[in-house]
Amino acid sequence: MEQLHYEIDESEVFSSGHNACPGCGEALAIRYVLNTMGPNTIGVVPPSCIAIISGPQPYSSMRIPVYQTTLEASAASAAGIKRALKRQGKDDVNVLVMAGDGGTYDIGFQALSGAAERNEDMVYVCLDNEGYMNTGAQKSGSTPYLAYTASTPGGKPSDKKDITEIMAAHRIPYVATATVGYPDDLARKVAKARDMKGMRFIVVLTPCLAGWGIPENSAVRVSRLAVETGFFPLYEVEDGEHYTINHGHIGRPVQEYLGIQRRYRHLSPEQVAEMQAGVDHKWALLQARSKLECEPQFVPSTG
Amino acid sequence: MTTTAGDPTTTADDAMTATGETRMLLTGNHAVSYGAMLSRPELVPIYPITPQTPIAEKISELQLSGQFDVDIMTAESEHSAMSACITASLTGVRVFTATASQGLLLMHEMLHYASGARAPIVMAEVNRTLGSPWGFWPDQSDSLSQRDTSWIQFYCEHGQESLDTVIQAFRVAEELLLPAMVIHEAFYVSHALEPVVVPAQERVDEYLPPFNPVHRLDTQLGESWGNVVNQDMFYRHRKALTESMALVPQAAIDADADYERMFGRGYGILERYRMDGADTVIVGFGSMCGTARVAVDALRDAGHAVGLLKIKLFNPFPIEHVRQAVAGVPKLVVVERNVSPGIGGVLGQTLKSALYGMSHPPAVHSYLAGVGGVNVSARTLVEMITKAMADEPVAESVWQR
Repeated sequence: MEQLHYEIDESEVFSSGHNACPGCGEALAIRYVLNTMGPNTIGVVPPSCIAIISGPQPYSSMRIPVYQTTLEASAASAAGIKRALKRQGKDDVNVLVMAGDGGTYDIGFQALSGAAERNEDMVYVCLDNEGYMNTGAQKSGSTPYLAYTASTPGGKPSDKKDITEIMAAHRIPYVATATVGYPDDLARKVAKARDMKGMRFIVVLTPCLAGWGIPENSAVRVSRLAVETGFFPLYEVEDGEHYTINHGHIGRPVQEYLGIQRRYRHLSPEQVAEMQAGVDHKWALLQARSKLECEPQFVPSTG
Repeated sequence: MTTTAGDPTTTADDAMTATGETRMLLTGNHAVSYGAMLSRPELVPIYPITPQTPIAEKISELQLSGQFDVDIMTAESEHSAMSACITASLTGVRVFTATASQGLLLMHEMLHYASGARAPIVMAEVNRTLGSPWGFWPDQSDSLSQRDTSWIQFYCEHGQESLDTVIQAFRVAEELLLPAMVIHEAFYVSHALEPVVVPAQERVDEYLPPFNPVHRLDTQLGESWGNVVNQDMFYRHRKALTESMALVPQAAIDADADYERMFGRGYGILERYRMDGADTVIVGFGSMCGTARVAVDALRDAGHAVGLLKIKLFNPFPIEHVRQAVAGVPKLVVVERNVSPGIGGVLGQTLKSALYGMSHPPAVHSYLAGVGGVNVSARTLVEMITKAMADEPVAESVWQR
């Protein structure tokens, strides 16, 4: 068994008995994120599977105060909490957004970009299952090219938005990708983000059993295949330009990842080859970026 | 009067009185900024829009000069500004913001969210036409279109009233945990200069205690807000919200009476102007009331028993107070600077429904005067009232200019 590189905190801020589907990849991510952030945290959650998992009034699976906001407002809502806490002298309290990909890539993007531009002090975690899964699996800006969703029954005709590079381009202190198949990497990144100041953004790939068409016991395996085929490399970007690749392409063909998901079963061999070429190209780009050597960047002195 | 280039409104003419008040020459919007500063909000999330921007600019100047200890969040949209207002308020700090027109409409979703969360935000709103087509003109259709968002709405006639009402609004909002809008019209009020008395900070502190809510987002308390509720919980929530709204008229009367005792200026939730023995009463709100006073005086001078009823608190509509104010008056003439196509004048319709069921209700004429910022002179008003006195009212609102 592979040695874990980071000791995961299991302080149980996140409780069992929540409303996620059995085997849900997202619930696993919430466990690592919340337990690592710890009890001195206020959560912000927009409409999403996370809101369902959080629990209906008067129940809560999260042993922290959680404010459920509107779908487009997560980052602005979190900014309001943090600024109020600072005025109250409680700057030690963490503010954590947990939003889905729809609430991050699409309708919540304006507020997120604005918060990043202002370098608002929060940890923003996007739990990314690549579609509007809570409403029955419609496509989002995160849905990959050619993937089936209920609103793209012939396969999505356009590519997935690269939210990691978009957020890195805001030159915020910390951007990272993570996924549940690498729990120590995920927890380490959350802890690192927690202990920094300013805008920190982590996108966590969380396989959706129903939306992706995968078995109940496969979320972790699919998550690992996403990394090992190069489909979803795990990396960090600090201050918009310092790249560190943690886990990535180990030479597995992308078909190993696509072939176990019902959302890709309509693909022709030519389409699989097209996707393989796309993955190889992006992997080469990422490796090139991680090797760039630059002079120290300009940092505004008042930041 | 001498002026300085940077700030023509607040320097040479300033005069401190014995009670610590300062007399300043201020625009309506700058008066609002001073009202906000005196109320000591901790956070102002704000986004610029004409004709609101002088409010935001003056707050920024006051912060930079060290007079106003406040955090300003320069949001990327009004939607985000209001989103941050709500959470900061729920975290337990006092917040203030301001907007106008399209900005208010972009906030629409969060206006409902704010009142649902019982966040006592105070927001200045500068009435401006709604696109399309584009315009920058005074028109109350923007704020009136947000009537159903469970926000208290105060309509102000001049800068002094706007300043005083911002301070009063915090008192009412925080007492009942309801958000409140302080509204005045574009340019006629927002950009018009007039002498304004700015109260002393210590006196305002005495009037408005610090905001310290029992329930808040706090890791020590562990309380959450916004989770899905069942039908029964939702029903009870909206019933409680409605019951709190019903308490607003008395709370506003009390807050105003206290204010008048301390500062010598009071407005009431309604104002009766020369209504004694009147057989025709103009009903209006906002800047047009100033013109209406001139028209009433002219008509009184000509021997006509005409008065004015100014509606300051529009939402919740103070039905009982309005009924008492107009009891025995044969005829009301509503003049208003807004239109809801399909319904007509919003005040006119609201007034008619408030009077329904009275034993001898007044006849109601409803005039759409000044829509789009068209000037309504005292002479026009005198002609309108004179004609209305002779005519029977029609069911619909009548266009007038």
